[in-house]
Amino acid sequence: MELSTEEFAYQIRRHALVMVHRADSSHIGGALSVADILAVLYGRVLRVRSEDPEWPDRDRLVFSKGHACTALYAALALGGFFPLDELASYGRKGTRLLGHASHEVPGVEWSTGSLGHGLGLACGQALAGKRRSAGWRVFAVLSDGELDEGSTWESALFAAHHGLDNLCVIVDRNGQQALGRTEDVLALGDICAKFSSFGWKTAEIDGHDHTALLQSLEAAVVDGAPTCIVARTIKGKGVRFMEDRLEWHYRSPKTVDLLERALQELADSYGHRPEPIPLSGGELPE
Amino acid sequence: MRNAFASELTAVAAEDSRVFLLSGDIGNRLFNEYKQRFGERFMNCGVAEAGMMGVAAGMALCGLHPIVYTIAPFTTLRCYEQIKLDVCYHNLSVVIVGVGAGLAYASLGPTHHTFEDVAALRLFPNMAVVCPGDALEVRAALRAALRRSGPVYIRLGKKNEPRVHQAVPELTIGRGIILREGTDVCILATGVILPTALATADLLAGKGVAARVVSMHTVKPLDTTMLEDVFQSYKLVVSMEEHGLIGGLGGGVAEWLADHAPQRALLLRFGLPDEFFHLAGDQEYARLHYGLVPDVMAAGILKKLREVG
Repeated sequence: MELSTEEFAYQIRRHALVMVHRADSSHIGGALSVADILAVLYGRVLRVRSEDPEWPDRDRLVFSKGHACTALYAALALGGFFPLDELASYGRKGTRLLGHASHEVPGVEWSTGSLGHGLGLACGQALAGKRRSAGWRVFAVLSDGELDEGSTWESALFAAHHGLDNLCVIVDRNGQQALGRTEDVLALGDICAKFSSFGWKTAEIDGHDHTALLQSLEAAVVDGAPTCIVARTIKGKGVRFMEDRLEWHYRSPKTVDLLERALQELADSYGHRPEPIPLSGGELPE
Repeated sequence: MRNAFASELTAVAAEDSRVFLLSGDIGNRLFNEYKQRFGERFMNCGVAEAGMMGVAAGMALCGLHPIVYTIAPFTTLRCYEQIKLDVCYHNLSVVIVGVGAGLAYASLGPTHHTFEDVAALRLFPNMAVVCPGDALEVRAALRAALRRSGPVYIRLGKKNEPRVHQAVPELTIGRGIILREGTDVCILATGVILPTALATADLLAGKGVAARVVSMHTVKPLDTTMLEDVFQSYKLVVSMEEHGLIGGLGGGVAEWLADHAPQRALLLRFGLPDEFFHLAGDQEYARLHYGLVPDVMAAGILKKLREVG
């Protein structure tokens, strides 16, 4: 990866904005909150091969918040798993870039979208890695909202009980879920304390601080217990008029004006000059 | 059936190092030999079926061959969405085993009954649904399931079911096994009701009616070659199952019939009605309560045969 992780995250955000604009689709808020996590994972941490996505010894990434798939698709395309131009087909009829993460897309380990599935799948992959004496690591990116799901806590018990220290969970703690703040809907309280009490190693960091992300991810996956990193993030991060605003769980920057404003603000937040809107091509033949 | 399952599992584990048993805190002493020999390939996942099914999917994606075992209601509906999305959507080779299906745990109440598991799992693309008719079919079904690429649900009774076969039969998923020939009526039976189907045929024979009896162990994919044959050869085809009439074998055959009408034969279905069974009583009592016994079903068949002439 030639890009700095900061630049990688900027490009993920930029592409995600254009994708939801073109497809008139939802969930841009959660895509912007998770962009830095994905940039550091794909840019510096994950041992994966874009030219060989099925490489048996690869690290596994379970992207459990499948609704934020625009960020994942952008990260994978930028990482060379499939052509960047293909992002323009997102949401178009008959293409593989559908509206939740799909395992038909190169580099996507699991199809997700129904919340609360990811940690169980990650446990199975981590357990298989242990039993096969394989060196791969398993990272699972969860939304904070999906910690409402009981299945997540079944798996939290399982991972600690079986000492799955090749497993690292990153919670995208943006504090919002579909109908409101997590603490108003179904209070999660101190997530680190909860995972600690289950027997996990935990860390709470600024999920937009790449140094902190890199340090905590590199410190994870050592002998002993599974790791949970609670990454405090801002929903809509990078676009001021979207930041911490619940409406951007649903809305699309549908008009060209809104998209241009969003891209301008994003560029400003990085101190960049705005770039032309990417992906104007990529039209599919009728 | 469960003892045959444990015994055959131990045998296949010796032959295939990918086999891995996950239990939902069920199978007290049943797997002692397996655990003794292959303890590193056994895991009690606790009473956490959704998590267990996700773990199984994760293991299967990494090349292992997990077998998930617990009581039928809990290995199916308790983790239903994990089966749909994690296992079936990704078309993973996970063998899901439900023990004590149908009325096997009749006395324990509706929490432990499964009148709907076949219907429920039949809905998902990629899933095969297999209901062995005796302990020897259980052995053959487990091996067939492990050979198949993709998910399989194996529906077991409990213990001491009458034996139907003399030796382990050739069992191909999706192909019924003809156990007895007869030209007057064809009985398609799936799962634990198979011995009752044969007893029903005995009663019919006493009345001069010769019944073919088929072990229709696979409810999905249905043996449509068999259906095409019997619905043309007979005037009456009968389905029998210890499962609800909605969506099980009889339901599946009725769907096929609707899509392939007209046929020579009529369909008569025996199974459980659309209600909860909330009375105390064992499996034998419950079968009697619902008429899933040879004399009641034989009388029903004779009556229908008179109607069809």
